[in-house]
Amino acid sequence: MTQKGKALGEKQFQGRALSWQVQSGVIELALHRDPCNELGSLSLDELEQFESALDDLEKDAHALIIYSTLKCGFCAGADLRELYERSQAMEKAETAQGVRDFLERIHRVLNRIDAAPMTTIAAVHGVTFGGGFELALVCDLIIADKMARFCFPELRLGLIPGFGGIPRLKRDLGNAVVRDLLLTGRSFNATKAQQIGLVSQVVSEGEALRAARATAAQLGKFDRQTAVAAKQFIKPVPHDELRKEIDMFCDLFSRPAVQAGLKRFVESTDAQPYLP
Amino acid sequence: MKTADQTLDEILNLAAAHFKVPREKLSPDADFFKALGIDSLQTLDLLTRLENHFHVELPDYELQGVTDFRTLAGKIQARL
Repeated sequence: MTQKGKALGEKQFQGRALSWQVQSGVIELALHRDPCNELGSLSLDELEQFESALDDLEKDAHALIIYSTLKCGFCAGADLRELYERSQAMEKAETAQGVRDFLERIHRVLNRIDAAPMTTIAAVHGVTFGGGFELALVCDLIIADKMARFCFPELRLGLIPGFGGIPRLKRDLGNAVVRDLLLTGRSFNATKAQQIGLVSQVVSEGEALRAARATAAQLGKFDRQTAVAAKQFIKPVPHDELRKEIDMFCDLFSRPAVQAGLKRFVESTDAQPYLP
Repeated sequence: MKTADQTLDEILNLAAAHFKVPREKLSPDADFFKALGIDSLQTLDLLTRLENHFHVELPDYELQGVTDFRTLAGKIQARL
């Protein structure tokens, strides 16, 4: 395997953080970076490769499923350890620019998936926190197994979600629910997520991918052009708010409290390290 | 309505079965992190299983600092 992952023909890719393949008109993007699919520079590099490949992949696909092969869950969010270590090794201005560049890059990828001319499904289980939650929110549908757990813990670090979480939550949910999620930082389960309208289907433990595949097969029966038109009509990408979120995140990130929060998290041995 | 003892008993049974620890080794006042040998991700797993089993919502911050089964049962009982 090369450093940049291995293309296995035109429709397959095997990377170190993620892989994809196309079968029966469905792109399956699998996350598999230990310990729990933390989104850092490696994942972003491979997500950008996926974004580059999408133009070609989507010619033959009507649906995209994003899922995790790891037992721990869908994705634990941004790689805070990498973020902390890099920020320790750089000057403050350099760190700030690095964070902004990272956010610009990941927003570009997520906006592309958000607006992809196909129906997208996040099949989630276990930990779906922070940036992992934001990755799921990019998708048109979230199918969760009953052990899935969602959380926006960013306030514990003195930050807000930075991968588009607030604008996309606002797009999909009522403001009171968004405030609850953001301001308490509490985690909630799949049943609650379905009650508030976030999750479209809750299935048995270990069944999310199977249910997503069944849903994707159903979507393939519809006229593609109509499905794309319907998606474009109902799901605009909130570009202005996404831009504001990046600016707000970068402003907050420059404060010493954030470095202290990152240090506390990285060094924590607490059973609930996502809580302040 | 379950009694507090029933709730406690169900928690102990659930934890023993899922984490494969002999039920007789779990006492109500035991530190469940130590008794079950669980890490932060498994703690979330336990929290979700308890919520699903009892059909309640347990905000994480209410459980912060809770380490024994009896106190945990009290938190759940308060939401039944």
